Amino acid sequence: MSLIEVRNLSRLYHMGTETVYALRDVSVSIEKGEYVAIMGPSGSGKSTLMNLLGCLDSPSSGEFILNGIEVSEMDDDELADVRNRQIGFVFQTFNLLARSTALHNVELPLVYAEIDRETRHSRAMEALSQVGLGDRVSHKPNELSGGQRQRVAIARALVNRPAIILADEPTGNLDSKTGVEIMALFEELSDRGNTIIVVTHEEEVARHARRVIRIRDGLIAADEQIKPEDRIRVGSSTLSNAER
Amino acid sequence: MKWGYELTEAAKISWVAINSNKLRAALTTLGIVIGVATVSLMGSAIAGLTKTFEESLSLLGTDVLFVQKFNWASRGDWREMRNRRDITLKDAKRLERELSMAQAVSVEAQSNGPVSFEERSASSAAIVGANENTAMVRGFLLAKGRFFSASEVDGLRPVCILGSSLADNLFPRRSPLGERIKIRGKKYEVVGVLEKLGGFLFGDADNQVMVPITRFVSDFAYNPDVSISVKAVNAALLDDTRIEVRGIMRKIRRLAPGDKDDFAVNQQDMLMDVFKQTGGSIAAGGLLITGLSLLVGGIGIMNIMFVSVIERTKEIGLRKALGAKRRTILIQFLLESSFICLFGGLLGLAIAFPITLLLQTVFPATLSWPVVVTALLVSIFTGVVSGYLPAFRASKLNPVDALRQE
Repeated sequence: MSLIEVRNLSRLYHMGTETVYALRDVSVSIEKGEYVAIMGPSGSGKSTLMNLLGCLDSPSSGEFILNGIEVSEMDDDELADVRNRQIGFVFQTFNLLARSTALHNVELPLVYAEIDRETRHSRAMEALSQVGLGDRVSHKPNELSGGQRQRVAIARALVNRPAIILADEPTGNLDSKTGVEIMALFEELSDRGNTIIVVTHEEEVARHARRVIRIRDGLIAADEQIKPEDRIRVGSSTLSNAER
Repeated sequence: MKWGYELTEAAKISWVAINSNKLRAALTTLGIVIGVATVSLMGSAIAGLTKTFEESLSLLGTDVLFVQKFNWASRGDWREMRNRRDITLKDAKRLERELSMAQAVSVEAQSNGPVSFEERSASSAAIVGANENTAMVRGFLLAKGRFFSASEVDGLRPVCILGSSLADNLFPRRSPLGERIKIRGKKYEVVGVLEKLGGFLFGDADNQVMVPITRFVSDFAYNPDVSISVKAVNAALLDDTRIEVRGIMRKIRRLAPGDKDDFAVNQQDMLMDVFKQTGGSIAAGGLLITGLSLLVGGIGIMNIMFVSVIERTKEIGLRKALGAKRRTILIQFLLESSFICLFGGLLGLAIAFPITLLLQTVFPATLSWPVVVTALLVSIFTGVVSGYLPAFRASKLNPVDALRQE
């Protein structure tokens, strides 16, 4: 079975008397180790799809099986548990706790997984050095650059060894050079076998992935593999650069 | 184990949240500070009053009956009691003669007036006529000298015993024993000084002078209304003694079988009952009023917790996205409001403590452990109650909407 199995997934919203389909009968499957970009203009339903894939929201109808777990019928607390163990989030605005150090920010998912202090500490340190921030662990977000903040967020997404990493416009708040560095990091993580889903409206960002799913008006408009010659490969040079 | 983990982690998070907004937390908790301070001050005042009252009552003795015109429990008509015939010295003597169960009988009458020695004087001291048994029956101890003897009482001797504060007043630098003082102009020789009695409720019991009742009658009051104190053989026999006292008194007063008693046989625990009733309602009223200030403080906490939840909507969304369950968020915010209130409670006690010490100079007040523990428990309870609604709202936030919040 695929890592992600989505069958006839719909999500509708009631706006007053009107019923709006944000997503209509979407079916898709994603295998372990894939690097997928979800694209679409704003209002297309891509955010809705991302929220459903991220178990932040429940579908109105349809099935969603994540890593063999049927999540479409789960309640709030069960979903919280699935998010904690199966999904690593990377947000456009980083969403770090402003008053906590990088280390504590990365430890947070492990706190909610109720992992003991020593393990928590060593795993957070490991994740931070994976993203090249081993020497910045006690810095607070306002002492870090935008790129470094997003690296902390990526370390936080990695730390509980999730089944998928879900990134929502991860370069949206970064300048293009830093954006490329972050995309290089995703490339590196993908090469190590992580499953990555990037939601974006930028063609440039999407072309780092191996597969693009295009959403329009709540439906899947296209689902295609990117030809190797069209793919943007940053190469490992940037990563080693980041690890300086 | 798991609960411990959750609680300590939530406590850390709450602590950080409070620390990052110290001034606001301090201002918020002001209501609780004032509430706890007033409630504990009220509590300590009530505890102090109760203690004093019990001390004053213990002066009366548990094995003593007091035969008087007025009933302490104030059952019955006050005007009816006022119009009763006085209890005379003759009544008292007859009762003493006929009683078989009493260990001793003291007869007392009271008046007041100026007492002086040389140029020093007390303008209004209690003048008490007493007999040779009074010290024993009433449990008075002598600091100096001796009490009257039976022959002094029978012989109308002009001797007297001073209460401790009166003695200090008239004789600040020397022993009063053997000196002649003037009581309402009549000369008396001081033969003894009483130990300090203390007592807050019956006025200053130490500002008194005791003279033989026989002399009292000839010098100050021809036919006084007396109070007869009967000491039972022991406290267990008090009820039997009362029955005998009542029977003899009815005979002395020539009451027909259908007539009501025109005298009262009082004992210590009657006053205790009266105190428990009135003291209880005073305490309830006082605590209710001061409790209102705690309620206002609690509303302040609730208000600020709502603001805090709204401010941190995005943080709550993030925590939920990372796996925080409803309960986790609920505990986090409940702990935050409880911490703020506990802090307020501690501060309130810190304010109440020196005030209590200050009060003690003029008024019996004690800040006891039960009051302290209750105050802290109440402040934590206020924190939980007033934090619950905001915390519940936070825990129910939908992560998608919460994360979208700017």
